[in-house]
Amino acid sequence: MHDVSFVRHEMLSPQPAPASQVGPLRWARENLFSSILNSFLTIVSAAAVILALAHLWPWFAHSVWHAGSLRECREMIAQRWGEDATGACFAVIRDRWKQFLFGFYPSELYWRPTLSFVLLLAALAPILFSAVPRRMLWFSIAFPGIVYWLLWGGSLALPICVYAGFLVGMLVHRLVGPRFGSLLALIGGVLATLIWWFYLAGPVAGLLETILPFLTLEPVASKRFGGFMLSIVIGATGIAFSLPLGVLLALGRRSGLFIIQSICIGFIEFIRGVPLITLLLVASFLLNIFLPPGTNFDIILRVIIMVTLFSAAYMAETIRGGLAALPRGQYEAADALGLDYWQAMRLVIMPQALKISIPNIVNNFISLFKDTTLVAIIALLDPIGLVTSIRADSNWNGIVWELYGFVALIFFICCYSMSVYSKHLERRLRTDHR
Amino acid sequence: MTSIDVSREQFRLSMLLYDTRYRSLTIQVVAMIALMSAAAWLVNNTVENLSALGKDFSFRFLGQRAGYDISQTLIPYTNDDTHARAALVGIVNTLLVAFVGCLLATAIGVTMGVLRLSRNWIVARLAAVYVDGFRNIPVLLWILATMAVITDTAPAPSAFRGDNATASMIFGSVAVTNRGVYVPWPIFGPGWQIVVGTFLLSVIAILVFGRWAKARQDATGQILPTFWIKLGLFVLPVLIADQIAGRPISLDYPELQRFNFEGGGFLDKSFIALTLALSLYTGAFIAEAVRAGIQAISRGQSEAAAALGLRSGRIMSLVILPQALRVIIPPLISQYLNLTKNSSLAIAVGYADVRATLGGITMNQTGRELECMLLLMGFYLILSLLISGTMNWYNARVALKER
Repeated sequence: MHDVSFVRHEMLSPQPAPASQVGPLRWARENLFSSILNSFLTIVSAAAVILALAHLWPWFAHSVWHAGSLRECREMIAQRWGEDATGACFAVIRDRWKQFLFGFYPSELYWRPTLSFVLLLAALAPILFSAVPRRMLWFSIAFPGIVYWLLWGGSLALPICVYAGFLVGMLVHRLVGPRFGSLLALIGGVLATLIWWFYLAGPVAGLLETILPFLTLEPVASKRFGGFMLSIVIGATGIAFSLPLGVLLALGRRSGLFIIQSICIGFIEFIRGVPLITLLLVASFLLNIFLPPGTNFDIILRVIIMVTLFSAAYMAETIRGGLAALPRGQYEAADALGLDYWQAMRLVIMPQALKISIPNIVNNFISLFKDTTLVAIIALLDPIGLVTSIRADSNWNGIVWELYGFVALIFFICCYSMSVYSKHLERRLRTDHR
Repeated sequence: MTSIDVSREQFRLSMLLYDTRYRSLTIQVVAMIALMSAAAWLVNNTVENLSALGKDFSFRFLGQRAGYDISQTLIPYTNDDTHARAALVGIVNTLLVAFVGCLLATAIGVTMGVLRLSRNWIVARLAAVYVDGFRNIPVLLWILATMAVITDTAPAPSAFRGDNATASMIFGSVAVTNRGVYVPWPIFGPGWQIVVGTFLLSVIAILVFGRWAKARQDATGQILPTFWIKLGLFVLPVLIADQIAGRPISLDYPELQRFNFEGGGFLDKSFIALTLALSLYTGAFIAEAVRAGIQAISRGQSEAAAALGLRSGRIMSLVILPQALRVIIPPLISQYLNLTKNSSLAIAVGYADVRATLGGITMNQTGRELECMLLLMGFYLILSLLISGTMNWYNARVALKER
């Protein structure tokens, strides 16, 4: 017997992992240099990034914030950083930022759009975040009227009377409902609202105006609106109205009632088939021809109507997708519970369909907000229209990137935060177990 | 028998409202009446307004002399031609942008979508920056910015002059200037029909060969090097025919003359800016569609394919792509439609598309807003329906055949 053992008796002390298997080196090996092609791609893209930064950084670092014209800017840069130095002239944004925000809104009345914007945030809060008390929703409902009054001025009586139309309609609905059934109540309510708006609202508003003269603000004409204020006014109104309209169109398209279905399909396909710009041209050239002689209503209102209709058609298709994705069992279960059509839609179908379509709905909102820039083509002064007019100014003639960059940045922030919010909403509403 | 005979039940007027069998009919009739009266109201208003303005409704202006010049035309046009001809020039220009834009956007989108899924960190990040950047900034801004890039950074034609010129032509044949891009252009000499005919024949041969190779593979399992054979079929016959016919097709190179480049083909900067911006913008959306499509295919599919012994290229082309395509195509259709409709923003850079000729200068000159807008919308509507029809037909062909 030998007492020679070929088996080690004691454990080796653990060694650290090889340098190539830990830390940044391993990460780089796996994520940057895993193959020849990958290494090549890494080097090329890194070089591109470095090159871009090397060009952009001095441009930012040499930027000028205080100057009266582009020539002055260039002189200051040349003086400070040498003859052939490049530098941004952000002075133009400093010079014109009020215009970028408010357009040509009278400067002594800037508090009105500013207040509207703050109120917008307050009105959005209960819609966006579930932590905010539900009672705030009443403010969200009253908000459009208040903002109309704040921005355009005039008497508060007009918005009040418009809102009163809804109250009248609801009152009639309540009165008719128990005696004549829900359909007649609906028709009666709608008719009462329309009659109120067309025949009674005007005189009542006039009366209110004489009783309460202190509720009148200095009116501001639409043509003085501009900048991001204009984008937000058009975008927010379009967003607010296109969703309900889209829901109605989607329900109509799936209703199975031949005539209603045909009307909805015709409308949706027509709107989706033509570019928004042609609709805006119709709004600016043709809408007056379609309306009774002598009517001439506000260009911004016309644009808002067109943008809303345009967006509603896309929204309808999005929501239709959500409706189609629901299993038939949901519809049948709602029927089995004895819910009527509107109850089933409101309590069972729509909450689920809307949840499914959230990402696409928000994408529609984003594209609507981006599309507000098209009003520059019918000569409204939205941010892009302003850029064109500033570039035509002799002081700032020749300036390009500072302006486009600024506008692009603001749009990017708005749209990107919308998409981030949609992801948050998706997570919050996810009810399945994962 | 006590059963109630429903059909004999007496019809009462109130049943139109309370009986679900008749109620839908009532609703539809009401909707129809409302629609008709709204339409009648609009038409009536239009007729009244037009007569108040002293206008009539006619398309005769299309036959009148247009009297304006269009800078970029694919079909012959002078300012003595009719408005209809000007509209046609615009239509061709729109179609050109839409076609080139869709091709370019697809190429960009597919590349970026695949790169975004790359395991290479920096490449994936750059692709994500591209996608988010373009998706979240208005397309009009991109069009204007692209135009500004070309105008501001490309050299003027005069920079190509002299011994110490600051700019030089790419490969000695393509000149990128701040007016546009000058490229070599083919000249068709006598006998060109032979070459073009050979080319068409070789394309047909490629298609036939592809079918035959697939049938052979399905039958025997043998795989031919189809790519190289197809490439040979594509290139060789045309080259040989060109030589035999005495080189009828040659290239006309742009050359710098006194003020500008002459000869060759000229792509106006407005066309380049519009097409490039639209393709980059739409490409970002297509990239997202491609990424979503590839991610929709479960990992099990590629693992199963690998277990069968397929190499990664074949896994992509035989297993992943055919399945991903079904997910990708519907959003791709709507992106093509969007690009086509967005091409109407040509006005921002002064490109003469149909919106700029028919819906712009013609409309302003003749004052026929109603007729011009009707024609313009009709054109876009037909174009959209054609595109979506074609793509839906293709989609139905590749769709999963279930029971």
